[in-house]
Amino acid sequence: MNTSYNWIKSYVPGLSADDQEYFDKMTLSGTKVEGFARLDKNLEKIVVGRIEKLEPHPNADKLVVCQVNVGGEEPLQIVTGAPNAAQGQTVIVVLDGGKVAGDHDGHLPEGGVPIKAGALRGVPSAGMMCSVEELGFDQNFFPEAPEYGIYVFPEGSGVKPGDDALAALGLRDTVFEYEITSNRVDCYSVLGIAREAAATFRLPFVPPAVPATGNGEQASDYISVEVKDPDLCPRYTARVVKNIKFGPSPKWMQERLRASGIRPINNLVDITNYVMEEYGQPMHAFDYDLIAGHKIVVKRAENGEKFVTLDGQERQLDDRMLMICDGEKEIGIAGIMGGENSKITEDVHTMIFESACFNGVNIRLSAKRLGLRTDASGKFEKGLDPENALAAIDRACALVEELGCGEVVGGVVDVYTKKPERREIPFRPDWINSFLGTDLSEETMLGYFPPLALEYDPARRAVKIPTFRQDLEGEADLAEEVARFYGYDKIPVTLPRGEATAGKLSYKNRVEDLAGQVMEYCGFSQAMNFSFESPKVWDKLRLPADSPLRQAVTILNPLGEDYSIMRTLPLGGMLTSLATNAGRRNRNARLYELANIYLPHALPLTELPDERRQLCFGFYGEGDFFTLKAAAEELFRKAGMKGLPEYENTGAYPFFHPGRQAVLRYEGTELGYLGEVHPLAAEAFGLTERTYVAVLDLPALLPFTNLDHQKFEGIARFPAVSRDLAMVMDKATPVGEVEKILRQRSGKLLESLELFDVYEGAQVGEGKKSVAYKLVLRAKDRTLEEKDITGVMSKILNGLSQKGIELRS
Amino acid sequence: MQEKLAKIREEALARLNAAANSDAINEIRLAYLGKKGQLTEVLKGMRDVAPEDRPKVGEWVNDTRKAIEAKLEEVQKKAAEKALALRLEAETIDVTMPAKSAAMGHPHPNTLALKELERVFVGMGYEVVEGPEVEYDYYNFEALNIPDGHPAKDEQDTFYISDKIVLRTQTSPVQVRTMEKTKPPIRIVAPGRVFRSDDVDATHSPCFNQVEGLVIDRHITFADLKGTLAQFAREMFGPETKVKFRPHHFPFTEPSAEMDVSCFKCGGKGCRMCKGSGWIEILGCGMVHPKVLRMSGIDPEEYSGFAFGIGLERITLLKYEIDDMRLLYENDTRFLNQF
Repeated sequence: MNTSYNWIKSYVPGLSADDQEYFDKMTLSGTKVEGFARLDKNLEKIVVGRIEKLEPHPNADKLVVCQVNVGGEEPLQIVTGAPNAAQGQTVIVVLDGGKVAGDHDGHLPEGGVPIKAGALRGVPSAGMMCSVEELGFDQNFFPEAPEYGIYVFPEGSGVKPGDDALAALGLRDTVFEYEITSNRVDCYSVLGIAREAAATFRLPFVPPAVPATGNGEQASDYISVEVKDPDLCPRYTARVVKNIKFGPSPKWMQERLRASGIRPINNLVDITNYVMEEYGQPMHAFDYDLIAGHKIVVKRAENGEKFVTLDGQERQLDDRMLMICDGEKEIGIAGIMGGENSKITEDVHTMIFESACFNGVNIRLSAKRLGLRTDASGKFEKGLDPENALAAIDRACALVEELGCGEVVGGVVDVYTKKPERREIPFRPDWINSFLGTDLSEETMLGYFPPLALEYDPARRAVKIPTFRQDLEGEADLAEEVARFYGYDKIPVTLPRGEATAGKLSYKNRVEDLAGQVMEYCGFSQAMNFSFESPKVWDKLRLPADSPLRQAVTILNPLGEDYSIMRTLPLGGMLTSLATNAGRRNRNARLYELANIYLPHALPLTELPDERRQLCFGFYGEGDFFTLKAAAEELFRKAGMKGLPEYENTGAYPFFHPGRQAVLRYEGTELGYLGEVHPLAAEAFGLTERTYVAVLDLPALLPFTNLDHQKFEGIARFPAVSRDLAMVMDKATPVGEVEKILRQRSGKLLESLELFDVYEGAQVGEGKKSVAYKLVLRAKDRTLEEKDITGVMSKILNGLSQKGIELRS
Repeated sequence: MQEKLAKIREEALARLNAAANSDAINEIRLAYLGKKGQLTEVLKGMRDVAPEDRPKVGEWVNDTRKAIEAKLEEVQKKAAEKALALRLEAETIDVTMPAKSAAMGHPHPNTLALKELERVFVGMGYEVVEGPEVEYDYYNFEALNIPDGHPAKDEQDTFYISDKIVLRTQTSPVQVRTMEKTKPPIRIVAPGRVFRSDDVDATHSPCFNQVEGLVIDRHITFADLKGTLAQFAREMFGPETKVKFRPHHFPFTEPSAEMDVSCFKCGGKGCRMCKGSGWIEILGCGMVHPKVLRMSGIDPEEYSGFAFGIGLERITLLKYEIDDMRLLYENDTRFLNQF
């Protein structure tokens, strides 16, 4: 909300804080100011002048030479190219050494445009006459300004040469932009902010005096009002104005509207806008003569009805929308926009002012369904105070009389279906002190309440809340009012006492941190991808149509298809990120991510999905499938997992190379999968290099980890014996099978096992391969004897021959 | 005999003095002291010496041997020293050649900021907990005093899965979940992903991270909230950091505040980072609303508490002076390698 500081000051007499001080204090008392801008920014040495004489320029057709009275003894000679300049005009003059905000085109350079005396085509010129654009404004702000040319003060402006032109234009003011929080509906108004300012600066708050208005007639003789749906309309007030005389609104009103960013139009429209800003209450005007039966009915629309709003658009209604109707037809969508069929035109004679209160949530939802959010609906949707409706309509009628734009009919038609109760909150100063950690006296606290219109009832030890402060519900709210005006900065600074608690990371978090460390050690950098992605990912990953991974949690209102489903596997993000790196020609990219996948138990979702944190790591460039294994096994060792994982190519993963993929199991439990990305999947993501990815499911992994109970196993003191074994087997036999035999058969004596040669070729025959291992055997408690070794070796040979594996001769 | 030994000795010492390297020295050693060396030959010739002369001759031979051995040791040492010096010289490297990188990976800057934050709060006795990212509407809104019809519930901000399930828009539901199952005292921080329906640009992302904090105990005051967060700010941004609390509104806290910290780049003088104000907005906080306590099964007459919520990305962007939020989710290694 943008508002003139002068407007605020007019209701807080004595407020003299400069812009910065006002900004700081209001922010600290809870009315947050986003920023402020002086209207006379970059405007210097600018006065009112009168063109006493105007002559053609001797050397230029498009220029004229003016003698301009700026209040001094001698007129100034100013050369101008303004097409509208004429003798006798009262104009804006920038003196030598002055400054304007912009150029003719409305471009506003930082620091403004300096103006100096000089000569134009050989004729000296002592300054410049200027347009509103050069002051940094436009016709929206000054409708009376010419489309092109210098600004000319209208007759009767009451300004004389030498006056401060900026004051005359109402530009000696600052516009403050407030960020009003949603609970402070009352502060979406000049009066609301002024009340806060008065309380903040401990000055009296003096709202405008609203005199009684109206002639001897009664509004109720003109119009009747019936509210059929009181749940959506707690109050509806109407007053009548006749003999309407249109004209411009006065300067002071235009200035205040301008500062609020509202374009002055005519006296009646301006009054409506003015009161909306001042009271925060939107109003609407109907042409009385167009109201059938001179009757207003407030009721819900019917489904499927159509209605043309005053902007000429046809709108589709439904039975949740509240309508303003006359005796025959709909004439407005309540709180959102009036109808074309009853709108005020220049021919209006008599009009009805409407000032009502509507259900905020209903207005918001209706506006949203209509796709029509107006200034009025923006106010109503916050939930207005019904008490304010009458105050605002009376203020508007007082302005009608003051501005002489019509004859106000006496009385008001007021249908008040639901009067808000004034809430009472118990006042316990001790509780407030114990809640805030302060030591304030009761008197000090009570001193903050009157400026806020909070009334203390000593007999009941309670504070009575005004209806416009629906946000104050309980004692904590009173504590906040005390804290705000005592000053958050003055509240002491302490630390919680009480029982000490042990700070810690969960075990799960510790394992995750470890996983990150191991990944980084292995050269992988941490990536973060969005949790949602496109369902197209499933096709790119070649998932079959019936894959359970296609059963995803779907967002009803996504930002677009690309962000519409919650991922069921982490590969999409990983491959996209790797492709981004490849596209940017980053060599050897290695990434890991620790984030959730979301697996629904059933669709549509009725309970929360299974969120599983997965470690996904992938790379292209240096390395291969076995690089992935190394990183996974490094993590297992560091996590205290003493056994070795098993890998099996079950061909289960369509996104992997059929010959280069494996499921990873640990003690029989599936922990994840890894492989080289299938060339077609890689291509779908735009990856041209061989790419490898592994996924480990942390909830599955967690039970096998052991960060806290690792034990020292001693260092071997007895000598080791090593034996090399070369074996010949079918080419297709996985070495894992051989290793399994070697491990099982050598039992506890096996210290390590190392594959050192794989050979295929003529020497071992077609379809065969030779595999060579170095076995290191050692006992913990003694030196191995020859018979131990022979025993182990014969067991191994037995095992091998059962599988058809022979020693290489 | 004596003459012969003297000659051997003289000749041996001379040869040793002239020896160029350890091979040559070894050769000389063998020539005199080896099995077939000259001195050994002399000893073998002792049989021909008269028995009464033998001790004397033995002594001469020994003296000669000692002299040669002493010299041997001396020249050997010298030769070793010389050889080492030569080797070291030959092995001189160009120390300005490029480093051999270990090619370690790098953490995400969000993680660096989060770990720092966790370190501070764990040190203050807070437990790090988590909650679901796909969340019931009840926990995300209603239990936090955001009833139906509240603008914050509007679809433009919230991603809906069904009318009862949403993508959480804040980490605050973890407050409620913790209070429901834990008896005070409670001190937790809850980091995690949250989601808002904002298009991606330099300062917005539909998926980002928050860190929630909650303290519940007897006699917790607004002054405790101030003290705790001031200490956090000093540990996170430096011991000189000052804090400022401004009144604000959140439905689930009352009183509520926003906390600014003195700009850690300019120290409060005003710069581009703090837009000239000297202050940077860091977090929202407040005393837990009595309604929220009651809904979570905690008696507000017995207990009170405070809560705060920190936008992790905001801290990350500020701390590392990253000017575009999109960089955090592109995962370009040229970006990640800088952390």
